Amino acid sequence: MAKGKVTFNTDICKGCELCIDVCPVNIIVMDESMINVKGFHPATVIEMEKCIGCGNCAITCPDSVIKVERF
Amino acid sequence: MTIVYDKSKGLTDAELHFCPGCTHGTVHKLVAEVLIELDVLDRSVGVVPVGCSALSYDYFNCDMQQASHGRAPAVATGIKRVNPELVVWTYQGDGDLASIGAAEIVHVAHRGEKITTIFINNAIYGMTGGQMAPTTLIGQKTTTSQDGRTVEHSGRPLKVAEMLATIDGAKFVERVSVDSPANIRKTKKAIKKAFELQLSGEGFGIVEILSTCPTNWALTPRDSIKWLRDNMMPYYPLGNLRSPEEAK
Amino acid sequence: MSKVLMKGNEAIAEAAIRGGCKFFFGYPITPQNELPEYMSRELPKNGGVFLQAESEVAAINMVYGAAGAGGRVMTSSSSPGIALKQEGISYIAGANLPAVIVNIVRGGPGLGGIQPAQSDYNQVTRGGGDGDYKMPVFVPANLQEMVDIMMEAFDIADYYRNPVMVVGDGMIGQMMEPIEFKKPVPRELPVKDWITNGTKGERNPNIINSLFLEASDLENHNLAAQEKYADMVKNETRVENYNMEKPELVLTAYGTTSRICKNVIAEFKKEGIEIGLIRPITVWPFPHKAFEDIPESAKGILVVEMSQGQMIDDVKIANNGRLPIGFHGRSGGMIPDPQDIILKVKEMLGGVK
Repeated sequence: MAKGKVTFNTDICKGCELCIDVCPVNIIVMDESMINVKGFHPATVIEMEKCIGCGNCAITCPDSVIKVERF
Repeated sequence: MTIVYDKSKGLTDAELHFCPGCTHGTVHKLVAEVLIELDVLDRSVGVVPVGCSALSYDYFNCDMQQASHGRAPAVATGIKRVNPELVVWTYQGDGDLASIGAAEIVHVAHRGEKITTIFINNAIYGMTGGQMAPTTLIGQKTTTSQDGRTVEHSGRPLKVAEMLATIDGAKFVERVSVDSPANIRKTKKAIKKAFELQLSGEGFGIVEILSTCPTNWALTPRDSIKWLRDNMMPYYPLGNLRSPEEAK
Repeated sequence: MSKVLMKGNEAIAEAAIRGGCKFFFGYPITPQNELPEYMSRELPKNGGVFLQAESEVAAINMVYGAAGAGGRVMTSSSSPGIALKQEGISYIAGANLPAVIVNIVRGGPGLGGIQPAQSDYNQVTRGGGDGDYKMPVFVPANLQEMVDIMMEAFDIADYYRNPVMVVGDGMIGQMMEPIEFKKPVPRELPVKDWITNGTKGERNPNIINSLFLEASDLENHNLAAQEKYADMVKNETRVENYNMEKPELVLTAYGTTSRICKNVIAEFKKEGIEIGLIRPITVWPFPHKAFEDIPESAKGILVVEMSQGQMIDDVKIANNGRLPIGFHGRSGGMIPDPQDIILKVKEMLGGVK
């Protein structure tokens, strides 16, 4: 049962990958199936049900791409 | 459902021009969040000089002044002296603050000017393309120290926080880093304290923030974080160098 | 109001305060120190702030910040100090900020000397800083005129949202003359709705800025400035035409040098020779029309400066090849001798009559 929900403003992601390393449950990946308007593979979450809603990814993201909510 | 994190209302809708993974953006968010949390955004004036922050007047949702290279503390002094009710802050990089603006930052501290300075130390000139800064580490390769900085040629990297902590008017001096979520949270606390100090009228406050420059370090953003930890943090120790209690 | 006897630099400071100056940022330099000293004592009594900056560079940037925050602000300095302020003046012009800069000129180049000179003409009229900017530059010839201009200068700066420079030489700064503080003709000044005084949650952020990375934006910014400068040319050009009815020769000089020229004119009158004087009171905008209007009687123009020849370039532009132009200049703090000017006039008139 997911405790949190992560939403990405995909268009402004610069694909820096900093969010990947700070996720304690390792559910963030770069979505290699798409390229955003800036020309990057944007960050996305696999297995959202594992999200604990800690917010680490969002506070680390330099571009305010990520919104985190907790149930 | 509660919101754990969303983009700060202290920032405008403009997309940041910074390179991927550049921690300028991280610090921008923290400043904006603090101004909102202290409920002073609508009486804030930020001053951004020359360097990668030159365009940051478009990013903060408050009045802003663009300043010439190194002179943000002087410009901020002018603003604060005209209107002491304003919450005035500067946001400066290491080339700007530690090199061309060294006199201005020393004297804004010396006068105990009631402003707050956010100082980004990423050990290099970013905007101009990766030249050596006063904060560049020994051995670090830059476009103007291509075999690595040496002590013989350029001296040792300038420790700005330590230097300013010797000045009586600098009532709050702390060095922080944005290399991890925990340190980002500590950075925000330090920024908040520096602004609170301005609000209580005690004097000058500066937060030196160890930051990355992936493009000019020629590293990926993730490797840059590691490089910051392995190389910058040993030379530039984190911690509070001066707080109001100590200053008394 | 009765006249008072005051020393130049102090009179300038008092006139600035009466003209509405509330903020002063400066750095010590001879020969203008009595001005900031007076400000440090008197400005706080008038609800203002005096601050001695760490350098001329810091001072002019404090002026930038203060002007952007809506303060009526000035700085003062002397030639090498003005050279240091040029970057800041360019930024002030580029960001459309009102401010007043007083320059009590001393001889250069480099550290030069501390005696009176007029060798800053190029640095004050040609935009010592970068870019296509202009500012009104007033060059009064006596203390009363200096005081009148100082009392008006802050209004002019606010009216155009532009820096204004008031130039004197060391003589103006040090001399004592009886003066009267007269209120200038009031101007309708625009509301300062562009200043950084906090949004108070009632408006979008105001930004004080001279950076335009998009080429077309920067050009448009410059074109808008040119319109403003055209208005200044139309409205602010000031000149005194003296004895210009039927001159055989025209002297042109500004500031205290023009007073020496008036003595020369008086000497020639005794001999029945009419010599005229065009005295620019603004050197930017330069009074071109005065030169176009020189009567046919004139056989030439003699430029007299306390420099090795700087205003002469503008005189040549204004004259446009019409009349022969002569030059007499002293520099380094040496004052032109009336006898030398008389000899030069006679030489230009083709010998003694």
